[in-house]
Amino acid sequence: MTEITALHYLVVAAALFVLGVIGVLTRRNVVIILMSIELILNAVNLNLVAFSRMWGNLHGQLFAIFIVVDAAAEAAVGLGILIAFFRNKETINVDEIDLLKW
Amino acid sequence: MFFLNNIWLIPLFPAFGAAMMFFFGRRLQKATVNAVCVGVVVVAFLFACFTVVEYTHFAHGTGQPFEKIVYTWLGSGDGHLNFVKRDGTTASFNADAGFLLDPLSSIWLLFVTGVGMLIHIYSTGYMAHEGGYYRFFGYMNLFMFSMLTLILANNYMLLFVGWEGVGLCSYLLIGFYFHRKSASDAANKAFIVNRIGDAGFILGALTLAWFFGSFRFTDINELASHSNFVGGDIHILTIAALLLFVGACGKSAQLPLYVWLPDAMEGPTPVSALIHAATMVTAGVYMVARSNAVFMLAPSAMKTVAIVGALTAVFAASIGLVQNDIKRVLAYSTVSQLGYMFLALGVGAFAAGVFHVFTHAFFKALLFLGSGSVIHAMSGEQDMRNMGDLRGRIPTTFKTMFVATLAIAGIPPLAGFFSKDEILWQAWRSADGGFPYLWLIGFGTALMTAFYMARLIFLTFYGKPRMGHEVEHHIHESPKSMTGPLVVLAVCSVCAGWLGVPASLGGTNAFGKFLEPVFAREAAVAPSTSGVPSAPQEPVGEEHRGLEWSLMILSVGAAVVGGGWAYRYYASAGKDYPEPIAVKAPPIYTLLYNKWFVDEAYDYAFTGRRKLGGIRLGAMGAGEASSWFDAKIIDGAVNDAGWVTRAFATLSTWWDKWIIDGVCVNGPAILARMLSYPARLFEWGLVQWYALVMVAGLLGFGVYYVWK
Repeated sequence: MTEITALHYLVVAAALFVLGVIGVLTRRNVVIILMSIELILNAVNLNLVAFSRMWGNLHGQLFAIFIVVDAAAEAAVGLGILIAFFRNKETINVDEIDLLKW
Repeated sequence: MFFLNNIWLIPLFPAFGAAMMFFFGRRLQKATVNAVCVGVVVVAFLFACFTVVEYTHFAHGTGQPFEKIVYTWLGSGDGHLNFVKRDGTTASFNADAGFLLDPLSSIWLLFVTGVGMLIHIYSTGYMAHEGGYYRFFGYMNLFMFSMLTLILANNYMLLFVGWEGVGLCSYLLIGFYFHRKSASDAANKAFIVNRIGDAGFILGALTLAWFFGSFRFTDINELASHSNFVGGDIHILTIAALLLFVGACGKSAQLPLYVWLPDAMEGPTPVSALIHAATMVTAGVYMVARSNAVFMLAPSAMKTVAIVGALTAVFAASIGLVQNDIKRVLAYSTVSQLGYMFLALGVGAFAAGVFHVFTHAFFKALLFLGSGSVIHAMSGEQDMRNMGDLRGRIPTTFKTMFVATLAIAGIPPLAGFFSKDEILWQAWRSADGGFPYLWLIGFGTALMTAFYMARLIFLTFYGKPRMGHEVEHHIHESPKSMTGPLVVLAVCSVCAGWLGVPASLGGTNAFGKFLEPVFAREAAVAPSTSGVPSAPQEPVGEEHRGLEWSLMILSVGAAVVGGGWAYRYYASAGKDYPEPIAVKAPPIYTLLYNKWFVDEAYDYAFTGRRKLGGIRLGAMGAGEASSWFDAKIIDGAVNDAGWVTRAFATLSTWWDKWIIDGVCVNGPAILARMLSYPARLFEWGLVQWYALVMVAGLLGFGVYYVWK
């Protein structure tokens, strides 16, 4: 049984990241897009933690905690926008949200 | 002092009768109506007699007025209703329900209640077969109330209440036969013409209040007698006096407002006798005599009064010469006699004017009541052309009317002789320039008066019967209730003049002496230099006596000549008798018969009944023209200006909308939008596409760098 190296972590993280990007690009429901963004962020966290282990210091883990906080804030703001938007348009389907072109 | 202190009860007696008729009249029997309505007037008459007797004891011949203020009617005396007088000081607006008795109002009080009582009694006979019996007596009592208020008022405001009240009753009684169009038209005419005068009266009274600061006669007399006036004051007083005289012209049927009185004959005959001959139409004379202190300060107003009076006298008499309706002759006679009264007032002979009012009340009431008796006998016929030879068939009426005719024509020693000659003599005497002409006009009028009155008597009572057989068969003397008052009035017509026998005929002129205190005080203050006709107070000298006698003989001669002419032409008039004036001067006859075309002239000038191709003529036409001018020219110009502004605004809007906004503002925006169109194609708004492009770009970079 070989030792689990940084490469293993990076592969898993890359796979998570791709899954997240695909979710963001393809899903219509804003809630699921927000969940996919969480996947992306957690892939990054995994990278940071893996590099922290590889280098033997705690900088990467510190960043990971920052990102967890950031993800919580982002989820709160995103869900707030979502509810405000639902009150106006009675939908959370991202296809129908094209106001940015103006 | 019981009667004097309760003088306010006098108008209330007839008011009570009127109220009874108003509330319960419909349900009352005729006998009850008679008892109430005649009863209250009899009570008022007796009360008035006792009051005047008490007054003579009270005044002791000094003419000191008795004033009884019952309560404050308008204003409060505590300064809540103040106004600024002409001299800048503040006066309180105050009119009391106050009663004034002095020699002047005593005379009116006696003959109004006295004649009113006789006419009420007469009406019980005359109106016996008419519908609306209680309504008639209710109105008559209301009239008595108003007239007594007018006479006894102690200020102009309360006098105005009576003044309007008698006008209302006149309207109601002229229109008594309201189902007849002519009667309701006549009632409207009387009311409307009177309103013109009333407007003058109220303006005059307010001018006096503004000047003197009071409405009370006693205050105004006192101030007018004991103040110094400068030029401007005299002008204001002249205007006030002329305005009051306009009121008098309306109520007392003087030129040019006399037109309502002949038409007022549409009312029942007792009404014509009471209101339109004996009492109400003398209200103007009363008011001018009451305001004598003011008039004496305004010489030009006095002259106007004299001239209008004289012209009215001769004008109305000339119309009376040819009228065929028995009541219309008497109506024009009334207008003419009222002219005499104003002539007397205008030359400063107030006592003579009042004396003529007094005597005229008896003989003119008698003439009207007599004519009513004739009409009664003739089954309603009023046209003298269809009468004749009635003297034997209705003897009492004939005798009494004959007496009245002698009285009005001025045959001594009947009442009219003394009063009319007093007026003519005073007109001659106060010869401050032009007044002998007034005497001449009065003299001519006396001649005409004798002629038309004799014509009336001869056409009615002499000659051959000209009525139809049916009517002739029904001729009968009137009942006692009608002939009784005629006899009483005939006695008065004979005797009333003896109260004022002038000194030149050995009399004492008790009437003038009684009135002297009312007028003498004011006569004394008239500025002697301004040409005011000074009221003659000094005893007549011997050198004047001859002149006075010759004038008297002249006027008696005129009466005899006028009567003689009428005898010659009418005394044996058969069917189709010729009218002498129509034979000798047809144009003049047409002119007189059509009343100088005054009504037609008024139609052209004021009422707007005449049209020229759809356009009204006269004042109404001018009103319509100015209304048209306002609507079409003034408003048209305003609207055109508005239209032009709107057109400019439209243009400016267009400019703003299409040039400024369109080209200059929106133009660059449209340009920018067109130019930016290709750029916008990249930005279609779906966030996921942006993200996809971004990912694709990143992948592209990654692949490029990895594989390079």
